[in-house]
Amino acid sequence: MGAPAAVEAAPESRRRARDTRARRDSRAGVALVSPTVIVVLVMVVLPVVWALILSFQRIRLLQIRRLDILGGEYTLRNYDLLLNSSEFLTAARTTLLYSVFGTLGAILLGLTAALLVRRSFPGRGLVRGILLLPYVAPVVAIAFIWQVLLSPQLGVVNAWGTDVLGWDQPIPFLSQEKGTITLFGLSIGVPTALVMVILFESWKSFPFAFLFLLARLQAVPADLEEAARVDGATPTQVFRHIILPQLAGVIALIAVLRFIFTFNSFDEIYLLTGGGAGTQVLATQVYTFLQARSDVGASAAVAMFMAAVLAVLLLVYLKFFGDRDRQP
Amino acid sequence: MTNKRRRYSRYHIEVAVLRVLRPLGIAFFVLIAFFPFYYMVVLSMREISEILEAPGKIWVGLDEISTAAYERVLKPTSEGGQGFVRFLLNSAGLGLATVAVTLAVSILGAYAVSRLEFFGRRTVHFLFLSVYLFPAILLAIPLFVAFSKLGLRGELPWLVLVYVAQTLPICIYMLRDYFETVPISLEEAAEVDGATRLQIIRKITLPLAIPAIAATGLFVFMIAWNEFLFALLFLVEERQNWTVSLGVQQLTQIETPATTLMAGSVILTVPIIVLFLFAERLLTEGLTRGAEKG
Repeated sequence: MGAPAAVEAAPESRRRARDTRARRDSRAGVALVSPTVIVVLVMVVLPVVWALILSFQRIRLLQIRRLDILGGEYTLRNYDLLLNSSEFLTAARTTLLYSVFGTLGAILLGLTAALLVRRSFPGRGLVRGILLLPYVAPVVAIAFIWQVLLSPQLGVVNAWGTDVLGWDQPIPFLSQEKGTITLFGLSIGVPTALVMVILFESWKSFPFAFLFLLARLQAVPADLEEAARVDGATPTQVFRHIILPQLAGVIALIAVLRFIFTFNSFDEIYLLTGGGAGTQVLATQVYTFLQARSDVGASAAVAMFMAAVLAVLLLVYLKFFGDRDRQP
Repeated sequence: MTNKRRRYSRYHIEVAVLRVLRPLGIAFFVLIAFFPFYYMVVLSMREISEILEAPGKIWVGLDEISTAAYERVLKPTSEGGQGFVRFLLNSAGLGLATVAVTLAVSILGAYAVSRLEFFGRRTVHFLFLSVYLFPAILLAIPLFVAFSKLGLRGELPWLVLVYVAQTLPICIYMLRDYFETVPISLEEAAEVDGATRLQIIRKITLPLAIPAIAATGLFVFMIAWNEFLFALLFLVEERQNWTVSLGVQQLTQIETPATTLMAGSVILTVPIIVLFLFAERLLTEGLTRGAEKG
């Protein structure tokens, strides 16, 4: 009859052991994660806070050696100038177009490629490797390859365009702001350079979508498709009703991530056009204000606007994908 | 009955069309993904005068191959070249240092996030996610201003620190995913035998996670090698510290023939593609592990 007492005593001591253990784990956790947190705080969080402060000051690059870190007068001038500048509003609009169509292009190309490469065929591994190259290669190299490819003097695109397709004259793809396409007597105005940087972004990023979609496609249960086929569903019907619904979640995730990355991207446009010919986006404008006009305050204000948009996107991401936080 | 036959024939038409379109589509994608790189190599081996004469020619005859552009790029500046050997060493050193520091810091961090319940774990998670998704250009301003003020611009070790901060979050995610697949019972057994936390990490978890650590290290190296914005902002005035990416971009600031530019791009691209092909499976598995769950 002493058994119940023993049973009662056991959880008591076990709970105490668990408490110290939990405390020990907690201390170890904080200790182990602290180097990471310190680096991130010093190299990321503090600078962002400082950028916020800079955006409320009138600071030119030449003054920064004498600058007092928090000192100076605070003013809304930078934001005031921005909101009344057509340059900034144009850049914001261009950024939106660039991000939306760049994301769309990357997903469409990536989805098509993933569906094509889905089933095994000889040389599939090699094809998969080759399709990932645009995403892996250094952005500096591929931007200059595109520049040469599209060059009016020595590029192969214009050479074939004039020789084979009968263009009247070479098209300066990356320096022409507005071009016209005439189809069946109809003339349509086209923002040539912007279309080219969107194509570049889609080409460079489609492997990202391709990789994730291919991985997800491999996990679609085969018996579901088999059953549909037995019932007489055609390949397009299988895609539309079986595969696409399974991919919807991943596509949404890729869309948010790609939109964020494209919205942030600086290298691509800076290297291809330098932000000229109607391709100035917010990221390149930050750089132009900082370097060419050495206006630190205005540059920080543009960056803060970007940060605000990003904060909203981040919340969207967390709301819809926060629970599956495995995703990088 | 007729309905059934019509669906049956639509099925056959679709299957037949797809049988033709699929190889064509695959060929199209291989072409658009590969052609620019092929074009780069061909141009780097031709003479600029020949390219201007026949820009539509996309091959190079064996007897026309010229290595002049590579010589111009690789020779040190004292001999009239661009000194890319030096840039290669800089990029490699910068990449390796970034990998070493990032791995050392992120292995501990990832272990903590995957194994230990501690105060602020969710905040830390949110912090890393924000860093990963926030624009680099935003950091460029304060870091540029601060480093200018302290006179630290142009020095490679400080750039390493910037790269570490940029790559830490993704490393933590990649490593954490892997650590969670290591059975916890192994660690508990070691703990019963009296091993300390650091001993457990060093003797049990690390050896099991070698493939993930290798993949993460390679990934960090590739990011550091390809990075452009911070190299431009921090190093542009110190030519002897340029990375290959910056060196290639700076070629366009002076009058350089396209052949030289392409030779520089080949030198910049080849190490990365070799590394990637060598470790493709390792890298892609690490990155997409979450995707299957939908």
